[in-house]
Amino acid sequence: MWKTVLRRVLIMIPEIIILSILVFLLAKAMPGDPFTGSIGPHTSAAQIHHLKEAAGLYNPWYEQYWNWVVHLFHGNLGTSFQYQEPVTRIIGNRAINTLWLAVFAMVLTYAIGIPMGLYAGRNQNKIGDTIIRVYTFVTMSIPFFVILVLGLWIFGYVLGWFPTTGSVSATANSGMATTLSRLQHIVLPGLLAALFGTVNIVQYLRSEVIDAKGSDYVRTARSKGVPTGDVFRHHILRNSLLPIAAFAGYSITGLLGGSLYTEMVFSYPGMGLLFLNSISYRDYTVITALVLLYGILNLFGTLLSDIILSAVDPRVRIQ
Amino acid sequence: MSLIEVKDLEVHYPIRSGFWNRVTDEVLAVDGISLNIEAGETYGLVGESGSGKSTTGKSIVGLEKPTKGQIIYKGKDITKPSNRRELDYNQDVQMIFQDSLSSLNPRKRIEDIIAEPIRNFEHLDKNQEKLRVLQLLDIVGLDADALYKYPHQFSGGQRQRIGVARAVATNPKLIVADEPVSALDLSVQAQVLNFMKRIQRDFGISYLFISHDLGVVRHMCDNIAIMHRGRLVEIGTRDDIYNHPMHIYTKRLLSAIPETSVEGRAEARAHREAVEQEFQENQSRYYDKDGKVLPLVDVSATHKVALPEDEIEEEDK
Amino acid sequence: MADEENHFLKIEDVSTAFKIQGKYYPAVSDVSLDIHNDEIVAIVGESGCGKSTLATTIMGLHDPAETKIGGKIEFEDQDLLTLNEDQMNKIRGAKIGMIFQDPLSALNPLKRIGDQIQEGLDYHTKMTEAEKKARVLELVNQVGIPHPERVIRQFPHELSGGMRQRVVIAIAIACKPDLMIADEPTTALDVTIQAQILDLLKDIQKENHAGIILITHDLGVVAETADEVAVMYAGQVVEKGSAKQIFDNPLHPYTRSLLRSMPQKDSENDDLYVIEGSVPSLQKMPQDGCKFAPRIPWVPASEHEAHPTMHEVEPGHRVRCTCYKNFKFQDEA
Repeated sequence: MWKTVLRRVLIMIPEIIILSILVFLLAKAMPGDPFTGSIGPHTSAAQIHHLKEAAGLYNPWYEQYWNWVVHLFHGNLGTSFQYQEPVTRIIGNRAINTLWLAVFAMVLTYAIGIPMGLYAGRNQNKIGDTIIRVYTFVTMSIPFFVILVLGLWIFGYVLGWFPTTGSVSATANSGMATTLSRLQHIVLPGLLAALFGTVNIVQYLRSEVIDAKGSDYVRTARSKGVPTGDVFRHHILRNSLLPIAAFAGYSITGLLGGSLYTEMVFSYPGMGLLFLNSISYRDYTVITALVLLYGILNLFGTLLSDIILSAVDPRVRIQ
Repeated sequence: MSLIEVKDLEVHYPIRSGFWNRVTDEVLAVDGISLNIEAGETYGLVGESGSGKSTTGKSIVGLEKPTKGQIIYKGKDITKPSNRRELDYNQDVQMIFQDSLSSLNPRKRIEDIIAEPIRNFEHLDKNQEKLRVLQLLDIVGLDADALYKYPHQFSGGQRQRIGVARAVATNPKLIVADEPVSALDLSVQAQVLNFMKRIQRDFGISYLFISHDLGVVRHMCDNIAIMHRGRLVEIGTRDDIYNHPMHIYTKRLLSAIPETSVEGRAEARAHREAVEQEFQENQSRYYDKDGKVLPLVDVSATHKVALPEDEIEEEDK
Repeated sequence: MADEENHFLKIEDVSTAFKIQGKYYPAVSDVSLDIHNDEIVAIVGESGCGKSTLATTIMGLHDPAETKIGGKIEFEDQDLLTLNEDQMNKIRGAKIGMIFQDPLSALNPLKRIGDQIQEGLDYHTKMTEAEKKARVLELVNQVGIPHPERVIRQFPHELSGGMRQRVVIAIAIACKPDLMIADEPTTALDVTIQAQILDLLKDIQKENHAGIILITHDLGVVAETADEVAVMYAGQVVEKGSAKQIFDNPLHPYTRSLLRSMPQKDSENDDLYVIEGSVPSLQKMPQDGCKFAPRIPWVPASEHEAHPTMHEVEPGHRVRCTCYKNFKFQDEA
């Protein structure tokens, strides 16, 4: 199996190179340059030309690309126009916030979704399944931002159980208090995101379980005299979780990518909100860095999914 | 002159393996076969799964690109696409598949399914086209109300007949039928086979009948080729193959067909086991050291067998 | 032998109806059959005749919410149809083993061959882990799979079709059941492999003194293997008898039609016999009278019985309906 994994990793190298070239050219094509923010109305054209020449902006693109890559490896992604701070530092802070929220939401999503999907599939058309189906149907048919706004209004404003903005309270200063405050801030958005995220898992898992129940190998197991509960545990469970497990790899993109809706509605300073703000302020250095990051995350997500799949499905190991 | 001549046909598939996924070996799906199909005859190609019989059929229709060899039609090699176009080969050679459900587009009505090849090759106006489709449906014994139905509304046998109608639509010279009845029940199989024979009589079509069912092949085919491991082990008339089989593999296949007589049961099994034992013991004589089938040798004007040399001498005596 | 009397299956007036859009339609109706051990009983018929449904009814594999089952299935002094799921689980795999048609889908793709064979032993025996391992190897050997040590660690997709079918047989015989039900065990296989598998089944049956119910559409397979034959049409047994009786003296018009539609040695210049019309779907099945009557429309209604029953023609040979008596094909004067 390690051979498959290693080959998969090697394939990623050219993928990442191509991705970085594309992102670099994209950044070049965008209006403005590193001096856009610092050039005043009195700077002369000659001076600008001089500055640009010194920064290597008239060099051929591949030389500029190479410089960019070298900077990249030193953790230098440029400076944000909007914040006048190194992009790495901005992204670092936001990434931690997003990670807190996303891990919490993801754990919750799977912890709720998997048992619900399994239960619904196992007890197809019984009362429990009907309730779960109504829940998924209703949740599906309401737009996500409506759920968020409603949750925010009910639990944040009307009941006042949870804070409604930010990622940590400004008054928390000790380590323990900060952690508690952080948790307090992610419970509501995390819960609402999970509520919405479970729907897909529940529906998918339910139909997988129902398919597995009708499969020939389950019939074989039953004809061996395996009790229903054990048929479920030994045959249906693993086989129906397979696609979910494989899909879990892609979720890491979401872990750092952040959620636009959740972060916007809760004014939660994470990656999603950062991306949105950078676009509206045309903060190109940040946008470039984020696009590159998202691209790499996606590649790693597929890699992780492939590895998970080859670990759990013997049919994939042989190629 | 034969309708179609297959000369030294080879189809190889690469096997990729190792860390860099390079081509390390080849599957010799078809490994040098030659056969002639005469106009108006049914030529049987028999073999077990993996013998290369379907690949051979697909190469003749042009669905599979041969690695080597020629397929001569009207004096030209149709493995070259330009010759295929020039001769209207794709119109003259059609195919019937085993799985009638998956080979018919589920979202198209029967009218469109049967008219499709006509639209590709002929330019008829709406009314003429409809008349032609009705005529074709009539040939395979289906009513006009079939026109507006979809494939799933028919039984397996009816769908297979629709497949036959579609294949006949372009007035082909040759139809390659790949296991056309093996998915069908006995009584339905009889009906499809009858229609195939009737169409052959009425239109002078040739069939390449690919099957693993030796009972059906005996009923349908004038000349038969037995295929094993990508090569032919024996070619002959129906009489040659069924009454005077000479290759050990042919004998083994024939002994495995269940007979519908109850009395001969014990003898049949004894015979089968004797042949199987002979096959296991003498296999090496009929195959070269790489397990490849030996070259075919003429035994009579119609009968060719892949025999070892000592066996041929024995025959001569 | 008193022992032999104990080990047999008696199917009495069994009916299985499926619920389709709120209404029940019988897929099997009034089937009665006896199966002794040391005997292979073939159930023959075309697709949709109810032969597989009968098998899964014996095994109790139907969802009670979607099916209505009537009659009695006596096996070792109990009526299988009255047993609950737990009681059935003690019989399935232990006393009745089942072999399915498609060996690829019948095996769990994610489990090793050895584990799948061992599963039955886990539930029905008190063997130690080592004993079970040894038994699995013995079984793999018995069904003629080379390299047992390696194969038990492999997954289903790594084996050929013939080898997979042998694994499915090993699963069915793991606990030496008294009865084996084989549902089209060779349909997916090549003829030479088919012959080997059928011979293997016969050998196992002799060794274990088991009874076999062989479900197939292939008359050749029946003639070669069966002791007793039941021909099914539209959910009913229309003729039953010894294999010799059925093949040498077929009586029911359906049996005769089937045999006649087979390609024969010298049939190449003739059209094959085609049975008129087609098998009716479950919802359109005639509810009463001779179900084969629409397929032989030239036979006058007076020849049929109003409520066809089985008639014993000679010892052990029974035919449904009276229409067989004067039956002639249309081309026979």
